Parts: sequence; structure tokens; C-alpha cells
Amino acid sequence: MFRRLPDHKGDLVTFTFDGTPLMASKGDTVAAALLAAGVTRFRTTPVSGADRGPYCMMGVCFECLVTIDGRGNRQACLTTIEEGMRVETQHGAATYPTGISA
Amino acid sequence: MSVHHVNTASDLQETYDLLVVGAGPAGLSAAAVAAECGLSVLLCDENGSPGGQIYRGITEASAATKARLGKDYAAGEAIITRFLATSACYAARASVWSIAPYEPEVGEASGLEVGVSLAGAARLIRVRRAILATGALERPFPIPGWTLPGIMTAGSAQIALKTAGLVPSGRTVIAGTGPLLYLLAAQLIGAGASVNAVVDTTPNGNRRRALAHSFDFARSAYGLKGARLLAQVHRYTRVIRNVMALEAAGDGRLSEVVVTYRGGTERLPADLLLLHQGIVPNLNLSLASGCASGWNDRQATFTPTIDEWCQTSVPDIAIAGDAGGIIGAEGSALHGALAGMAAAWRLGRLSEAERDKRAAPVRARLRMALRGRLFLDELFRPGDDFRIPTRPETIVCRCEEVTAGAIRATMPLGVRGPNQMKAYLRCGMGPCQGRLCGLTVTEIIAQERGVAPGEVGYYNVRTPIKPVALKELAALPQSDSAIKAVAGFVEKPVSASHPRTQE
Ligand SMILES: Cc1cc2nc3c(=O)[nH]c(=O)nc-3n(C[C@H](O)[C@H](O)[C@H](O)COP(=O)(O)OP(=O)(O)OC[C@H]3O[C@@H](n4cnc5c(N)ncnc54)[C@H](O)[C@@H]3O)c2cc1C
Ligand code: FES
Repeated sequence: MFRRLPDHKGDLVTFTFDGTPLMASKGDTVAAALLAAGVTRFRTTPVSGADRGPYCMMGVCFECLVTIDGRGNRQACLTTIEEGMRVETQHGAATYPTGISA
Repeated sequence: MSVHHVNTASDLQETYDLLVVGAGPAGLSAAAVAAECGLSVLLCDENGSPGGQIYRGITEASAATKARLGKDYAAGEAIITRFLATSACYAARASVWSIAPYEPEVGEASGLEVGVSLAGAARLIRVRRAILATGALERPFPIPGWTLPGIMTAGSAQIALKTAGLVPSGRTVIAGTGPLLYLLAAQLIGAGASVNAVVDTTPNGNRRRALAHSFDFARSAYGLKGARLLAQVHRYTRVIRNVMALEAAGDGRLSEVVVTYRGGTERLPADLLLLHQGIVPNLNLSLASGCASGWNDRQATFTPTIDEWCQTSVPDIAIAGDAGGIIGAEGSALHGALAGMAAAWRLGRLSEAERDKRAAPVRARLRMALRGRLFLDELFRPGDDFRIPTRPETIVCRCEEVTAGAIRATMPLGVRGPNQMKAYLRCGMGPCQGRLCGLTVTEIIAQERGVAPGEVGYYNVRTPIKPVALKELAALPQSDSAIKAVAGFVEKPVSASHPRTQE
């Protein structure tokens, strides 16, 4: 769906998505990194389980919610990718390890 | 001098003279002017770097990106440089989730209490005044199938290009209307995207209404630029006009765009559909802060009520830039400067005479910058059928998956406005808090009732306007008001009641 322009400069960062190792460019948001890697489904909805991917890339639609390093409900489009980040598809509503959803 | 970067919540001071929310052209100018007048200023923006929507990513952009995006984009550097040379504090990646007046203790000045999240921790701080420069967002574009992965806004593709050097690959269709549509199409084509078609949904009748303002438009900066963009897009891709209906189809993800236009229906195979039908003010923070707003029929949206100094109905809150009604990038920067001067005057750093003297040339430039806006508003007002879905299966509230059919079917229960609808169907109760369905729900109800949208009203928006995790709140300092606020949140994590109604 997206490809990286050859003149885009940035050090490589490695991260995983649902366990698969992927590469990003330093400074990417998690959403940009996933799109660049060909990922289109970021979450499934709590209501019908439908697949969703990022829509606005600017923090307003909340369609890009993923789980990052075990914490759910993170907006991928507002979070900068970091070396070693563990990103996962968010299935339905997120809950925290404490059991409180926020 | 140079700005002080605030990287963690604990680096925030207890108090500032002025809070500016949003580091787009409006917020950057407001903060720079106010700081230059001697106010202590905190500028918060949830993005990682300054620039807002138009100048997004510019401080990190390569020469190639700047060349690709043109001189309007590069113009942002001057605004940012001016701000960075002031003594203001700048918090990047900081979300402001509440603003409310606080009750001053005896002898204390009145002011505002502000909830900010930064680097995983939340803080409540106090400021004497605030300027909301939260900008705009792309208007909801509810067509059947618009929730499928593979459908994004045209602005989101521009963000991916500006910040990550990403361009659409595969079969791409761009659909909609608005002054930015052809700019975005031209930018993406220029960057090498394979745009298979631009589906222009501008209603035919708009042209006639816009003509009344065409003289101003022809003399404005938009006139020439618009004509050039149009020619550019036409040269490289197919443009489909006279569009009556638009639909996205696919199993689990987008596979085709179905366009009905005068002459027939066509199914365009597509990997990516980019939707855009203009931008509307980002209302949530101003509404949650209690600022009055009204229906603006020309822009088909609610806009906050502000005076010539950007002052809202709430004494210590001003609104500048697109957040107060769409005025474009150049207009927003000038508007922000006026708001900055007004803040300096209200806080005793500028005399009234000095304020007026400085404002006069800015107002003259603002009038110039706004020339042609009426034409754009009339020409690109999206058609009723693209704002108010007619097909019952069209999803209106994406978060709670509430369809247009369900909303219409609920009307006979005596629903008068969006808040009642919310109680029945949960529309607007998901994490986006109505940002992607508020206008649509209002307009459907207005259509069903046969009254103006202004009479129907908008969702009551409450703080926090962004979900704040309990973990973040736990990091709050334990002042009396903090405990009060936290106690409110702990009971109802997502929809805590407005601090003013807690009394
Ligand atoms: C996606 C998109 C792309 C656009 N591209 C162009 C373009 O290429 N050319 C053009 O002329 N115009 C463009 N526009 C129009 C643009 O909105 C204006 O021209 C201009 O950017 C308005 O300036 P502003 O300062 O009012 O707001 P903006 O530039 O929108 O800045 C608002 C800032 O506020 C921040 N913010 C909002 N709420 C909060 C909060 N609660 N806490 C912290 N920060 C917050 C946002 O992150 C944003 O950075 C675009 C608009 C959108 C929505
Ligand atoms: S893509 Fe819309 S909030 Fe992230």
C-alpha cells in the first residue's frame, strides 16, 4: 500500500509485529513503520471483530490502536518507534494487566 | 535566548502565564508573540516536532522532501525559527486533555487548571490564560465501506509522506472535494504515487453560488495556485466528475471503489482509497472547556464563537487558527499573532494602544490572506449526500459501529439531539469521542427533524478529551485539586465528568 522513497534518510530500527521481526526508519511513528512493512490491519473492533487500520494518522480517529510492549490502546500514529519495540495487533477492547481498561 | 524543551511531566513548572495548545502556524505565532512580550509561555503539542498539519515534519525534512512539497511547505521554517528563538517552554508529545477554571484561594489570581500527559505521566498545572490552537481535522466522509483497511484520509497520506517518506504504491484512488484535494493529489503524484483516478465529488450547483465571490478569488493567492494544481493533476491522471455516489467494497480490506456518475457506474479496482472532503475545526478541547459555539452553514460545521481578539465565551480562553473556523495556514499564523498580543495585553504586558498599533498591520495582512475564502467555502461545500448518508448500512460512528439506518430508526423514539442518540445507541462513546461522527449524527437528526443543525446541537464533550490511563494519573502530584480530579477519574475512567460539574 505504501513504499519508502529512496531518498528518505534514517537509521534502521528493528522491532517486532506479532512476533515477526521488521525494520523501520528512525523517527517513524509505529503506524508509519507498520504501513511501510505492508501491515494494513492494526486491530479488530470490540463490537463486531472487524479488521481496522489507521485512517487519519494524526491522532483523532483511534483506528490505529495497537498493543506496545504489553500495553494496549496505544495510538500507533502518535508513538515513535523504538529499537526492540514489541508491537501486537489489538484484538477487541484492550485491558491492562491490572484488569482495568482505560 | 532559545526555547526550553520540556521532556517529562515532572519538568513542567507549577504555573505559567500562558498555555498555548498546538504547534501549528497559529500556536507557534501566538506563543512567539506572547513570549517576546515577556509572558512565561508553555506550548504543548502531541506531535514529536513543531509545525502542525501544514508544516508537519519540517524540522527533520530532507532537502528532497522540501523540494517535493514546494515553497508553501518550506515557508514554515521562518515561523518555527522565530518561536525557537524565544524564552518559551515547548513540550512535544504532550497531550492536553482538560482545561477548566479553578476557584482561586483568597488573594490568588483566577486562572485555569490544565491536565497534560507527557511521556507516560499526567500532570495538572495552572495557567492564567490559554490559547487553543488545535487546528482542524478532515471532515468525516461516511460512505458505505469506509471502515475497511486500505481506506485512509488524503491528509494521512500527506502525513506519511512528510514524516516518513512514504508514498502510496499499488492502485490508488483519491476521492472527494475541497481546496486541499488537488494539492494532496499533486503532491502524491509528484512524489511518484500511481494515482489511477481522482474522483471529484464537488456538487455541480456550487459553481453558481461561488461565482458571486469569484472576483476576490481571482485576485487572491489561491486563484492562480488552484488553476496550476488542477492542470497538473489532469495531466497525470484521470479525473471523474459529476459524481452522484461513492462506495468502497472488499472482503476484510478494500478491493474496489464503486463510483456512480452521470453516465453510469464504474468499479475501480484499488489497493488504497484516499478520502478527503475538506477540513473542519478540531472542536473537542474547546467544547470540553465550555467555549460557546454555533452552526456555521457556509462551512457546514460548528465553529467556536470568538471576537476580533480571538476571545471565547470563557473569560481566560482564546482560540486561534483553524480551530476557530477554517482560515488556512497563512491566516492561522496571523490570527495566532493577534491572540498572542491580546494575551499580553490582558496580562498587563502590552498597553491597549501598543496592542492596537502592533495589530493594525497584522489585521491588514489577515484581510488579504482571507480574500478568496468565501469563494472556496462555497465552491467546495461538500454535497448533502456525502455528508448525510442516505444508505442505511453506512457506518456513521466508526468506534461503536452505529449505522445511519440505526440512527434514523431511533428517531421515532422522540430523539431531539445527539446526546439522546448517544444514550440509545452509544454513538460517539468510543475512544474518538465523536470526532469522526459528531457532525454526521447532528446532520442526520436535523434532516430527520426538518430543522437546522444549530437547533439540534452537538455532543456534550467532556474531559478528559483523550483517554488517560490510570497509570498516568497515578503519577499526578497530590495537590487538593489533583486528588479531586483523580477521584473523579477513578470512578469513571473514560468519561469522567467535567470538573465544573463536580462541585
Ligand atoms: C491532515 C491535514 C493536512 C493539511 N495539509 C495542508 C497543506 O498541505 N497545506 C495547507 O495549506 N493546509 C493544509 N492543511 C490545513 C491546515 O489545517 C491549516 O492550513 C493550518 O495548518 C492551520 O494551522 P493551525 O495552527 O490552526 O493548526 P494545525 O496546523 O492543525 O496545528 C494544530 C496542532 O495542535 C495539536 N493539537 C491538537 N489538539 C491537541 C491537544 N489536545 N493537545 C496537544 N496538541 C494538540 C496538533 O497535534 C497540531 O499539531 C491540512 C489540514 C489537515 C487536517
Ligand atoms: S490513525 Fe487516526 S488516531 Fe492514529
